[in-house]
Amino acid sequence: MTRNKKSLIRICVALAVVAISLTLKYTLTLNKWVELGLFAAAYLVAGYDVLWKAATNICHGKVFDENFLMTIATIGAFVVGEYADAAAVMILYQTGELFQRYAVGKSRKSIAALMEIRPEEATVVRNGVEVTLHPSEISVGETIVVKAGDKVPLDGIVSEGDCNLDTSAITGESLPRHVTTGESITSGCINLDGVIYVTTTGTYDDSTVAKILDLVENATSEKAPAENFITKFSRYYTPIVVALALLVGILPPLVTSNYAEWACWSMWLKRAMMFLFVSCPCALVISVPLGFFGGIAAASKRGILVKGSNYLELLAKVNTVAFDKTGTLTKGNFAVTNVFPENKKQQVLQLAAIAEQYSNHPIAVSIMKEAKATQKAQTYEIAGKGLRAQTEDGEILCGNAQLMQDNGIDCPVAEGGTVVYVAENGNFVGYIVIADEIKSDAAQAIKQLRQEHCKTVMLTGDNAATAARVASTLGIDEYHSDLLPQDKVSRLKELKVNKNTVAFVGDGINDAPVLATADVGVAMGAMGSDAAIETADIVLMQDNPTAISTAKRISRRTMNIVNENIVVSIFIKVAVLVLTLVGVLDQLAFGLGMIVAILADVGVCVLAIVNSMRAMYLRKRKTDK
Amino acid sequence: MKKVIALKDLDCANCAAKMERSISQITGVKSCNINFMLQRMTLELEEDNSAILEQIKAAVKKVEPDCQLKI
Repeated sequence: MTRNKKSLIRICVALAVVAISLTLKYTLTLNKWVELGLFAAAYLVAGYDVLWKAATNICHGKVFDENFLMTIATIGAFVVGEYADAAAVMILYQTGELFQRYAVGKSRKSIAALMEIRPEEATVVRNGVEVTLHPSEISVGETIVVKAGDKVPLDGIVSEGDCNLDTSAITGESLPRHVTTGESITSGCINLDGVIYVTTTGTYDDSTVAKILDLVENATSEKAPAENFITKFSRYYTPIVVALALLVGILPPLVTSNYAEWACWSMWLKRAMMFLFVSCPCALVISVPLGFFGGIAAASKRGILVKGSNYLELLAKVNTVAFDKTGTLTKGNFAVTNVFPENKKQQVLQLAAIAEQYSNHPIAVSIMKEAKATQKAQTYEIAGKGLRAQTEDGEILCGNAQLMQDNGIDCPVAEGGTVVYVAENGNFVGYIVIADEIKSDAAQAIKQLRQEHCKTVMLTGDNAATAARVASTLGIDEYHSDLLPQDKVSRLKELKVNKNTVAFVGDGINDAPVLATADVGVAMGAMGSDAAIETADIVLMQDNPTAISTAKRISRRTMNIVNENIVVSIFIKVAVLVLTLVGVLDQLAFGLGMIVAILADVGVCVLAIVNSMRAMYLRKRKTDK
Repeated sequence: MKKVIALKDLDCANCAAKMERSISQITGVKSCNINFMLQRMTLELEEDNSAILEQIKAAVKKVEPDCQLKI
């Protein structure tokens, strides 16, 4: 039987006994001792473990824990003859504890479910036989079989077969990825169809899944300022409230004139007891880390790995986001982005393709993607300028403005990337603009960051013309071009003045110093890149920039929840303290007053836990569709 | 060396904080971190010996008698 079930049964039995005793008390006139016996029985059924713990704790030299308080308070009630109250208070306390355990258990389960990416078993081919083992028992270079519906247990390279992989557990990306022989795959993905054979490239401890889990599970050991505040606060809070309780219990009756009256003492003792009840900082201590943990889990579900609660808190404060250009906002490849004149597009591309068909230059490759060469040609390279091609129809020139000038061909000036001019038989035909392609969701990411009140900045080593084009297309607030890596560091430092909190987003390959300088360093597209995981504070598993705005939103939400918890818990506790002190709660019967105090303790705790769990779930943006 | 110990029936977050504090003070323990949500304790020990482990067990029991260590 689980502990929770046991407590539930004990609570029910105790409640039944109390109900029977109360009925008997008001229908028959009970002997005082019989009444005491009945309520004491209910009391013991509900709370014998509390008494036992209180006793052992005192033996360990520990006083003033909840068990001790409950014992004192309820025994006090028995002494003053409030038998029913004593039993009721104990039952309520146990109910509160039960609720609290239940809430904690629930949240533990949902967090575990959120992180359920750990592969349980792997099927390995040994001597031609398939054996099922734990992934940790498989070594590098072995062949494993991943069937439809299986989780990829280890990182490796597909040696045979092809399939569609659901990578969402690792990257947060919902579209399946098709893999075939020769491609590398990461553990934690799920095979949706087909059978693949995979040659392992690392052990389980080195696998992507193991690394991600390690990162997320240890993230909470990097404590955020809010957590440290709570730890400090609770350290002083409890002793102070306990000391106040002692003062409240002793001082007022002594200084007032009626110190000889028992009623006066008992009133202040009751108040002191209330103080002790709200002295437990559990609600705070539990809800703050829980909120952070929920936020970190929510982020990891979307392929965003946050390395510590402190980074989540910092990210929430970030008001400037600096981006690297190539590989972050753009795809880092070359592609034809514009052809002039528009009406002769096919002709221009065709001519260029004929001239470039034998070249391996990235520019040639991007042109060949757009058009096919329709005839053979004799091509000559003109170093640093372009190509000259001799065909049956004549001569094609394909290259930069210098090439055109050298051949006395007039051409318009074009901007916005690398421009390839095309001329046929000495006449200008048109030009092709080749540029790094902007990622499809980059503009949306910038827009979302603006909604989060973040200034966006682009730092790039590329030339001013390209930088200007990307910045204006995306609506970036500020850009700096022609930067060497060390210039990026100094630019970033400039952004940090005036107490700005700056995040830097890069691909993590050559911007390690910049990542380190930023308040929050974000590495993008880190699937498999150890260096990026090492340097960055936040690691994005996929390549799309909207992950940054999502991370920002998660962090802001998490901080809201954490702050709500802090403020509400402290407010309720202080409110109970003040109400007790001024005597409002004296109007209530002893039992009711205790109930208020217990609610202020356990109730707040449960409330805070439930609120924290909200951090795990992120509502869809209204504009996301 | 690093050691991870699972804690069963760890009920109270404040107790976890108390355990963390008292275990950190044991000689031979470089650092102790208790993750309340995962019910797990990550220890950084100077060396792995049973005497330290016994002290850690005792410290846990003292704060929360119901809590069990799974090594």
